[in-house]
Amino acid sequence: MHPAKTTTIHKAPRTRLDPVARKTTRGTSMQFGTYETDGFHDEMFDSNGEARPEAQLLLETIESLPEGQLQRCQRAADRLLLQLGITFNVYGDSAGTERVFPFDLIPRIIPAGEWSRIEAGLKQRIFALNAFIDDIYHDQKILKDKVVPAEVIRSATFYRPQCAGIHPPRGVWCHITGTDLVRHGDGNYYVLEDNLRVPSGVSYVLENRDLMKRTFPQVFEGLRVRPVDDYPSNLLNMLESIAPAGARSRPQVVLLTPGLYNSAYFEHSLLARKMGIPLVEGRDLIVENDRVYMQTTRGLRRVDVIYRRIDDDFLDPTVFRKDSMLGVPGIVDAYRKGNVALANAPGNGVADDKVVYAYVPAMIKYYMGEDATLPNVPTYLCWRDEDRQYVQENLEKLVVKAANEAGGYGMLVGPQSTTEQREEFAAKIEAHPRNYIAQPTLALSRVPTLVGERLEGRHVDLRPYVLYGDEIQVLPGGLTRVALRKGSLVVNSSQGGGSKDTWVLESESLA
Amino acid sequence: MGPGIRVAGMNSLPLLSRVAESVYWMARYMERAENIARYITVNLNLQLDLPMDPAHQWRPLISITGDTERFDERYDSSTQADVLEFLTHDEENPNSMFSCLRAARENARSVREAITPSMWEQVNGMYLRSLALKGAVRKEWPVEEFQEIRMGCHLFQGVTDATMTHNEAWHFVRLGRKLERADQTSRILDVKYFMLLPSASYVGTPYDDIHWSAVLTSVGGFEMYRRKYGRINPPDIVDFLVMDQDFPRSIHFCIRTASESLAAIIGVSGVDVAYPSEQRMRVLQRSLDETPVEDILRTGLHEYLDDLQAKMNTIGGELAKDFFAGYTAKQSQLQTMGTVDS
Repeated sequence: MHPAKTTTIHKAPRTRLDPVARKTTRGTSMQFGTYETDGFHDEMFDSNGEARPEAQLLLETIESLPEGQLQRCQRAADRLLLQLGITFNVYGDSAGTERVFPFDLIPRIIPAGEWSRIEAGLKQRIFALNAFIDDIYHDQKILKDKVVPAEVIRSATFYRPQCAGIHPPRGVWCHITGTDLVRHGDGNYYVLEDNLRVPSGVSYVLENRDLMKRTFPQVFEGLRVRPVDDYPSNLLNMLESIAPAGARSRPQVVLLTPGLYNSAYFEHSLLARKMGIPLVEGRDLIVENDRVYMQTTRGLRRVDVIYRRIDDDFLDPTVFRKDSMLGVPGIVDAYRKGNVALANAPGNGVADDKVVYAYVPAMIKYYMGEDATLPNVPTYLCWRDEDRQYVQENLEKLVVKAANEAGGYGMLVGPQSTTEQREEFAAKIEAHPRNYIAQPTLALSRVPTLVGERLEGRHVDLRPYVLYGDEIQVLPGGLTRVALRKGSLVVNSSQGGGSKDTWVLESESLA
Repeated sequence: MGPGIRVAGMNSLPLLSRVAESVYWMARYMERAENIARYITVNLNLQLDLPMDPAHQWRPLISITGDTERFDERYDSSTQADVLEFLTHDEENPNSMFSCLRAARENARSVREAITPSMWEQVNGMYLRSLALKGAVRKEWPVEEFQEIRMGCHLFQGVTDATMTHNEAWHFVRLGRKLERADQTSRILDVKYFMLLPSASYVGTPYDDIHWSAVLTSVGGFEMYRRKYGRINPPDIVDFLVMDQDFPRSIHFCIRTASESLAAIIGVSGVDVAYPSEQRMRVLQRSLDETPVEDILRTGLHEYLDDLQAKMNTIGGELAKDFFAGYTAKQSQLQTMGTVDS
C-alpha cells in the first residue's frame, strides 16, 4: 500500500472586519468597505468583526462580485416586485395606494443548531397558548388556580364571551401563528409578540425566496438552504385536516378576504393561488340552515373550511360588530354547530393581549410543567402600581405599547421620543393603566443591508410561521423584517420597514 | 325552476359568480383597449392621405365609443391632440386606453387565483407601461406606442389561450372578448357613417376608397378582404365584416364563437334550465346566419348596426342576471336546499 499523498488542506481565510484595513486594501471589492457593527449583535459578523461560520461562504460570494453587480441585482429585484404586483395597500393614502414592500438582497442566515432551538421553543409556546385559549373558553382552570388573574381576561379587548363553550375541530384555536422574535445584544432570542389572530407576511417569505433565486442565484452555491416552498401545501393540508366530520373526501376550503383594498390583499390572493382554492369575499358567501355556501355561476356550493383573513370584529354582524359589511351573517352559528371550520378560531385573540403575553411563561409551566425555551422580553404591566411607577420614572429608556394594538401603532420608543411624546404617554398610562405595558428597549440584532452603494447594519426582527393541525409545524425561517431607516428599531411595513430572505441551513451545512 | 335558483352539482369545479364577472370584464376591457389602439393608428395614417382639415377627421373617433357628450363637456375643440388625449390617457374617460387597461388590470388583480401568472404579468406590465406614459409630457404621438398596445393585447390573448385551462372561467374570458370584439367591429364599421368627405362629389372617388380601406385596416382585415373579394366595394366590405364565416373579427364569427363558449358554460347540466342570455344569443346568431347583406343595406347600415349593438347590450345584461347576480331568489332557493346535502 502506497502511503497517502500528503495534501495540505487550506482552510478559507476568515474574513476579518477591520474598518481601516478595508478602506485601504479591499480594492474593487468595496461592498463591506467601512462596515461597522457599532457594538450590536450582527447576524453576519461576530464582535471581533470576523464572519460567523455560517456566513463565511455568503460573504466570500459577495466580496467576489464585480463592482456594481450587487446593485444591479437589487434593481432587478425592485423591478420584479412591481412586475409581479407584490404590493401592499396603505390605509389613508388615496393616491397610488399600492406600494411595494422593499426587499433587501442580503439574506439573514440562521444556522441549523440555532434554528432547532427556536423551533422547539415555538412548538412549546403554541401548544401552551392553545391549551390556555381552550381553557379560557371552557373551565377557566388557570384563572381558578390564580395563575392568571381573572380580571386580566375579563378586561382583555379580544376576549370573546360569545366563544365560550365552542369546541373547534381537534380543539385547535390557533391554526396559523406568526410569532415575533427579536435577538438582543446578549445573542439570545426573545419572544416579542404572539400574533395569534390573523398574522400576515408569509407571502413575503415565499416571494423573497423566489426573488432571491431569480435575481441573485449565485449566493445559493455551496449552501444547503432549507426550502420554504412547501408552506402552501402544508397550510392546505392543515386546513383540510380541520374539516367538519362528514365533509367530502376533498373538503371545500376557501380563503376569506376583506377584499381588494385590504393591506394584505396580495397575500390573500397569493395563498389562494398557491393552494388552488377559491378566494372569496363576504358577499360571495351565504349561510342557510347553519350551513355556509358560496355563490357560483351554477348556484350554491357548500363550504367546509374557511381560512379567514378578516378580524373577529368583522366576521359576523349578527354576533360581533353590527355594522360590518365585510362579514357573513350567521357564519358564527354555522361554526358553533360544527358545520364549518374557521381558521383561526374566533376568540383566540384573547392571548394576543400584551398583558396576557406576560403570563405565557407561567402558562407553559402550568399546562406543560416545563420552563419556557424561548424567554419573554421582561414586561412591566402598568396596571400594577409598582410597575407603573417604574415605567413613569423611566419612560425615556423603555418601549411602551398599547396592550391591544399591532402594526407598530400606539407605541412609544423611549430613547427616540420627544418630551411631548413622553408626556402624552404618561397621561395615557395614568388614564388607562390596563391598556399599557412597557419593556426595556432592546438592542435588536443587525444584518448588513444595501444602502445606496454600501452595506450598512440595519436592525431586524424575525417572524416565524407556525401551523397547528394534526401536529405543530414551523416553517423554516420566516419573515425577517428590517428597519431600513438608519438607527430605527421599527420594522413594520407601514413604518418604513423592508424585508429580507431568511435562510435556515440544513444541519449538514456549516452550522 | 329559473336560473336564479340553481344549486351546484358536486362534481363541477365551482366558479364564483364574482370571479366569472371579473374575468369576463377583464377580457372585455383588454379587447376594448386593443380596438382603441387600432382605430387611432388607422386615423393617424389616414390623415396623411386625405386632403382635408385634420380637425374634422378626429371627431368621428369619439362617436365610435359613443362618448360624444362626455367629450364635449370637457374639451373645447376636437383637434388631434384633444381627441388623442381623451382616447388614450384621460383618466376621466372610462373608455380611454388607460382606463381600459386599468380596469382590466384591476379585474385581473381581484381574480389572480383564477388566472395564470403569465396573464397577470402581461396585463400588469401593460398597465404599468401606460401609467408611465400617462405621466410623460408629449408633443407627438408615435404610432409605435399604439402598435405596442395592440401587440400587447394579442400577447395577452395568446398567453390566455396557451396557459389557462380551458375551463368555465376561460369560457367567460372568451365570451367577454368575443362580445366586445363584435361590438367594436360594429362600431368601427358604423364610423364610416360619421366620417365626412369634403363634399358629396368625393363619393366613389379614390378618397372614398381610402376611407373604406381604413375601415378594413382598423380591424386588421384589409389583406384578408382583398384575397377574398379583390375590389373595394362597400357591400362586399359590409358582408365581410358582418357576415363572414371565417374572418375572426367579423361580427358573425364573434357571435358564433361567443355562443359556443356560452354553451360550454351552461354545459350538459343546464339542459332543463332556461337561460335568457342563451336564448337571445341563439336568436342573434340565427339572424346573422340567415340575413343577406342586401337586406342590411336596404334597412340602412347605420340602423342595422345600431340594432345589433342594442341586441348585444341586452345579451350582456342577461349574462349578468344569469351568472353574475348570485343569490337573488332567496326564498325559492331555500326550498331546493334540502337536496344539496344532508
